[in-house]
Amino acid sequence: MADKKTIYMDNASTTRVREEVLDAMLPFFREDYGNPDSIHAMGRPGRDAVKVARAHIADLIGAKPEEIYFTSGGSEADNWAIKSAVFGPHAKGKHVIVSSIEHHAIINMCEYLEKVGIEVTYLPVDKYGIVSPETVEAAIRPDTAIISVMTANNEIGTIEPIREIGAVARKHNVLFHTDAVQAYGQIDIDVTRDNIDLLSTSAHKLGGPKGIGFLYIRNGVKLDPLIHGGEQERGIRGGTTNVPGAVGFGKAAELAKVDMKERADKEIALRDRLINRVLTEIPYSSLNGHPTQRLPGNANLRFAFIEGESLLMSMNMAGICVSTGSACASGSLDPSHVLLAIGLKHEEAHGSLRFTVSAETTIEDVDYTVDTLKSVVERLRSMSPLYEDFIKEQKKKQEA
Amino acid sequence: MYDGVYSDKVIDHFTNPRNVGEIENPDGVGTVGNAKCGDIMRIYLDIDPETKVIRDCKFKTFGCGAAVASSSMATEMVKGKTIYEALEVTNKAVMEALDGLPQVKIHCSLLAEEAIHAALWDYAEKNNIKIEGLRKPKKDVHDEE
Ligand SMILES: Cc1ncc(COP(=O)(O)O)c(C=O)c1O
Repeated sequence: MADKKTIYMDNASTTRVREEVLDAMLPFFREDYGNPDSIHAMGRPGRDAVKVARAHIADLIGAKPEEIYFTSGGSEADNWAIKSAVFGPHAKGKHVIVSSIEHHAIINMCEYLEKVGIEVTYLPVDKYGIVSPETVEAAIRPDTAIISVMTANNEIGTIEPIREIGAVARKHNVLFHTDAVQAYGQIDIDVTRDNIDLLSTSAHKLGGPKGIGFLYIRNGVKLDPLIHGGEQERGIRGGTTNVPGAVGFGKAAELAKVDMKERADKEIALRDRLINRVLTEIPYSSLNGHPTQRLPGNANLRFAFIEGESLLMSMNMAGICVSTGSACASGSLDPSHVLLAIGLKHEEAHGSLRFTVSAETTIEDVDYTVDTLKSVVERLRSMSPLYEDFIKEQKKKQEA
Repeated sequence: MYDGVYSDKVIDHFTNPRNVGEIENPDGVGTVGNAKCGDIMRIYLDIDPETKVIRDCKFKTFGCGAAVASSSMATEMVKGKTIYEALEVTNKAVMEALDGLPQVKIHCSLLAEEAIHAALWDYAEKNNIKIEGLRKPKKDVHDEE
């Protein structure tokens, strides 16, 4: 790998830490390593820096700094929001509504909740992966504790109508949570305008470090802790503050606010070039997700008659990093629940690949990726019994 | 995802698969697996009617890297063997020849064994002979789970 150029097309999985972010973090490992809760002098720099970071982080979604609660990442924030809505002294009910295309942090948690007596409604989506506010409203019951629909999907990039869904939740006086891990810092979110009560994020998706995220909790919403411990985070999230993480996250949010529009424009141009070239130059290929209501950097494409892991491996050998919704890459027998939820057949889902560009991606990277893909797809099809059968059928039809 | 997880042999057989293709009017052909699970293997056999030696063997596979490598290795292993000896090419033998497979990919080598058996079964049926130890293949593309 080392002797070859690596083209990283997997920014939805994680991103490179931005230079300014790393620079901002380093002093808090070396010099200012004190515990921000210490009363002595060493506590001070970290405490001040986290305060600044929290303000930048809140600012990006129109929240107040005291509504931001740091967590270990997106998964913890998701678990906290939903478990605290159904368990403990501040539980709101025994019924949860989620979309069927949520991240595993939500889906696997809900499957667990069902084992301990919580009822879960998994909302269907349309062929683009969009949840309709009407289906949300129809699913609400008197004992519904929380509605959780992601801001944007991590696999197919579809952006959900969260403002309308939030309005429905508000109308029925039900908590609304949104997993914004993929959307935060990429598209415009405003917690007030979008009727959001709870929102999850993770720093490593926007050029920040791994292992830190936050849960936004709207002022007035009472949540019990998920992690019991010290008095950190206003007494509801125990654990010594991850100062370098919070500082890095703050810097990433600050930068994201400044260049969001510019980045999005650049990524959309790259993404659309990739999508358009693939759809016109590779036969029997299709786009998964919505053509325009999608995250700037996300292109999820499927290729008939071939399987995703062998595609991924072949791309990897050419130095291109992508990801797949095929079961074979995950070790289970079922392909991605997201691809099945948008109505794909198993074999279609198996042949899907996700490309996620960043603002660092170049046009040359995109073109090399498409060129490589063309030869890889052709090679794998020449080995595919499904393609062989298809071609024979075509011939038969022509002769008939 | 499997960078560094597959053996060099698996990578080699995935990158340069042996015996990919079709045989026109094959003496035996077998297809196993199904698209739903993400693996389909088809094996073609060309068999000497006198000596019962497998003169040629080709495959086509829809599936992951391990599935492609297992089919490639299996075709190499049965070539030159008689139809009776070909039964020795078990999933274990294929796996060993590939220097092992990750736990979650062991079914790929099983599929390769089944594909060979299916092709041999097809040959045996067409020629009305019995191959000792060969059972009717259980998996088929048309099996819906
Ligand atoms: C939509 C979504 N939710 C949650 C997560 C989990 O975030 P983390 O890795 O920070 O726990 C991810 C990251 O993969 C994600 O894409």
